[in-house]
Amino acid sequence: MKLIGWAIALAAAGLTPAAAAQAPAAAPTTAPATTATPPAGTAQDAAKPDAAQPAIVPGSVGHAIPTPGVGEPDGRKGIQQQVTPIGEEALAFHNNWLLPLCAIISVFVLALLLYAMIRFRRGANPVPSRNSHNTAIEVVWTLVPVLILVAIAIPSIRLLRHQYTPPPADLTVKVTGHQWYWSYELPDYGVSFDSYMLKEAGDPTRQSNQRARTNNDGPPLLAVDNRLVIPQGKVVKFIVTADDVIHSFAMPAFWIKQDANPGQLHETWAKVDRPGVYFGQCSELCGARHGFMPIAIEVVPPAKFAEWVASKGGHAPGATPPAPDSTGISPVSQAAIPAPAQPQAPQPSSGNAVPQAGTNQPATAQN
Amino acid sequence: MSTTADALHLKSHEAHDAHHDADHKPGFFTRWFMSTNHKDIGTLYLIFAIVAGVIGGAISGIMRWELMEPGIQVLNRAWPIGAGTANFDEWAHHWNVLITAHGLIMVFFMVMPAMIGGFGNWFVPLMIGAPDMAFPRMNNISFWLLIPAFSLLLGSTLVSGGTGLGAGTGWTVYAPLSTSGSAGPAVDMAIFSLHLAGASSILGAINFITTIFNMRAPGMTLHKMPLFVWSILVTAFLLLLALPVLAGAITMLITDRNFGTTFFDAAGGGNVVLYQHLFWFFGHPEVYIMILPGFGMVSQIIATFSRKPIFGYLGMAYAMVAIGVIGFVVWAHHMFTTGMSVDEKMYFTAATMIIAVPTGVKIFSWIATMWGGSLTFETPMLWAIGFIFLFTVGGVTGVVLANGGVDNYMHDTYYVVAHFHYVLSLGAVFAIFGGFYYWFPKMSGKMYNETLGKIHFFLMFIGVNVVFFPMHFLGLDGMPRRIPDYTPAFAYWNYIATVGYMITVAGVAVFFINLFWSLAAGKKAPNNPWGEGATTLEWTLSSPPPFHQYSTLPRID
Repeated sequence: MKLIGWAIALAAAGLTPAAAAQAPAAAPTTAPATTATPPAGTAQDAAKPDAAQPAIVPGSVGHAIPTPGVGEPDGRKGIQQQVTPIGEEALAFHNNWLLPLCAIISVFVLALLLYAMIRFRRGANPVPSRNSHNTAIEVVWTLVPVLILVAIAIPSIRLLRHQYTPPPADLTVKVTGHQWYWSYELPDYGVSFDSYMLKEAGDPTRQSNQRARTNNDGPPLLAVDNRLVIPQGKVVKFIVTADDVIHSFAMPAFWIKQDANPGQLHETWAKVDRPGVYFGQCSELCGARHGFMPIAIEVVPPAKFAEWVASKGGHAPGATPPAPDSTGISPVSQAAIPAPAQPQAPQPSSGNAVPQAGTNQPATAQN
Repeated sequence: MSTTADALHLKSHEAHDAHHDADHKPGFFTRWFMSTNHKDIGTLYLIFAIVAGVIGGAISGIMRWELMEPGIQVLNRAWPIGAGTANFDEWAHHWNVLITAHGLIMVFFMVMPAMIGGFGNWFVPLMIGAPDMAFPRMNNISFWLLIPAFSLLLGSTLVSGGTGLGAGTGWTVYAPLSTSGSAGPAVDMAIFSLHLAGASSILGAINFITTIFNMRAPGMTLHKMPLFVWSILVTAFLLLLALPVLAGAITMLITDRNFGTTFFDAAGGGNVVLYQHLFWFFGHPEVYIMILPGFGMVSQIIATFSRKPIFGYLGMAYAMVAIGVIGFVVWAHHMFTTGMSVDEKMYFTAATMIIAVPTGVKIFSWIATMWGGSLTFETPMLWAIGFIFLFTVGGVTGVVLANGGVDNYMHDTYYVVAHFHYVLSLGAVFAIFGGFYYWFPKMSGKMYNETLGKIHFFLMFIGVNVVFFPMHFLGLDGMPRRIPDYTPAFAYWNYIATVGYMITVAGVAVFFINLFWSLAAGKKAPNNPWGEGATTLEWTLSSPPPFHQYSTLPRID
């Protein structure tokens, strides 16, 4: 393959237009217009079969009604409410330490400038001093910032250590970014689905078979058709990747953001104690509809999580999928609470890259 | 740093020199299109930067207009390019083209040409007592490479970039969005544009290093050079070391796009994050390339209007060297969310914070220079003081972002946009305006209008703060960068930011009125309009300086 590429390169060396013409053909992976879904934007939407969905019951699992101002932006001047231990630690570090420090340093510099401007204006100080050296003060203004930085670095490094030493995972979710939607897979539960942004009722690009957003779904541009549902109080590991270009899986209320790199698997984690609906947005430029592929995660008590798994056609971990003609009782209801640790959930000690075993894809090389 | 060069002596000597008449200028075409004169080339660079700045600023106006309210109101209008289509993807792609063009134009075609090509060309030879740059013809091609570079970038908006016309990859051109993700020739043209602009800068950097090392006047030791020359010297080294890496990275993009290589494609054994490492190995020094000449200019201005020598000269010079050196080993703090190991994150957190130390030395040394001085507040001084404060604000948010664990939240949000516009749009641009007013009498021979200059400063000081300070709030609230539409919760601060843009535009309008009025009807400028504080060599020459200066080299004792 590489040799062919160079042959093309050599052939095209004296013939630039030919090289340009090769661009679409030689592009090694799919062009954006042909990723996963049919080409044109409107056709892509039409291809999404929603029409057969049953009626939505607001408040049912997967359709919980978001609390305004929690898990979503609300126009305030600060960081969103945090619902994970890491988020709370980082929020406290930022609000109680970094932010006051920023304000104090800025005001200190401003005060010095204003004092100098008034005290040493020409009217007040017509004869300038010739003083241009003072070793003592130069040492002071070198060392004091060093001490301040050390005082920042210690809690900062501690925060990093906590972020990178997750407790054993209770649940693993594989997150895949696509142009321009997310898909989620819970391999232990046999659940996988795609998640698209819900369009407004008046949006001319919305197809008739696409459900329009309502306020019960969440704010405009953030609400999705299929939310990811995770159990409250459980350690959830997100394995993040992409299949076309780089996306970024971000959830501000959890303090997580992990780029979704094609050909690599990376992990991040969250333990959410507060049930609710949380919204995030793709946070790496990924093409035309980068701004229109939100992320919505609903956190529910474990019993409701089992209900959601069943509604998605999943099964309890370790159980075989229920046969279509089995009894009406789903096995999920008996053993739905996630097991405390998954045997297939290794915890890399230095770094969050997980080798992608069993495929010929090159594993991530982050370590 | 003070000089004893005797302007009268120089002038009389030049008058005797019949073969080298100081003002024997070539004809118009030869002078401006085939120039080998550092001052004329500097003027060309400044004109180019102003034109590019107007285009880049107009693009940001379209972006602020679109972001003024939720919904798509502007991208769906009939524009000359990508006109009035009903295809939502093309509207959204048009947005990405705007952000890409704004970034590339402001970085490569506004700030760098103004600071290095413009002020560097004009004043490095004057300040070190050299007759011209070391390689005058190379200087000329450095400038003229920018014209095809800019043309390619602008032309790329007329050809397909995948989902619409133009390159919509962001100024970072991340693979694989820029390779498999963007069919069509637009991204190729943008990459070639970067190649040419990079080649231009490398040639310029070679020229500056050679000039500064070899063409200083007798007695002008390295430790007597004005700080602006120091800043250009450090900048030139950064350019020389960083730009080849960018050239290599984007060449790999070209071959991935066109010739079937897979440097950045995992399916062929490549790695998408490798591109980001290469890009930011260039990209982080690049931000110091954009700000260091500003440090130099602010140092000259503060010393001049404080009527004092710069405080802690050696500390100031070596702080810039330190910033340049450390600037090469912190690049991955732009990549904290790519899935780095915890060790990498800890290292890049710590290394990044260290840059705050030499930067703090500079801030405090500027204030100490003002301390005990006899301050007057002409327009350049206002810009310099504004620079110090706003750069401090941008600096402390930089310390916040340096924390890898905290950056998880802020990365790729408007908080980052606010941060880098505080250090660049309010830092570098304030330095450029300060330098422009400071040296305008020297370059043009005319005084600018002080009242208009001050109106320009205050309008722009208020305007840019109203644009960019609310972006901190938007970022903390979670608004991602590079999105053409947003959920209504973000509407309030976005509206305020757009109002700030309008104030800024009013300020820039005053600048142009002042510029054209002063060129046409400004008072004649004396050799040194700034008094005893202006001690560098350029103030010993006439305003404007003779076409060829220093036929007899000045001596510095």
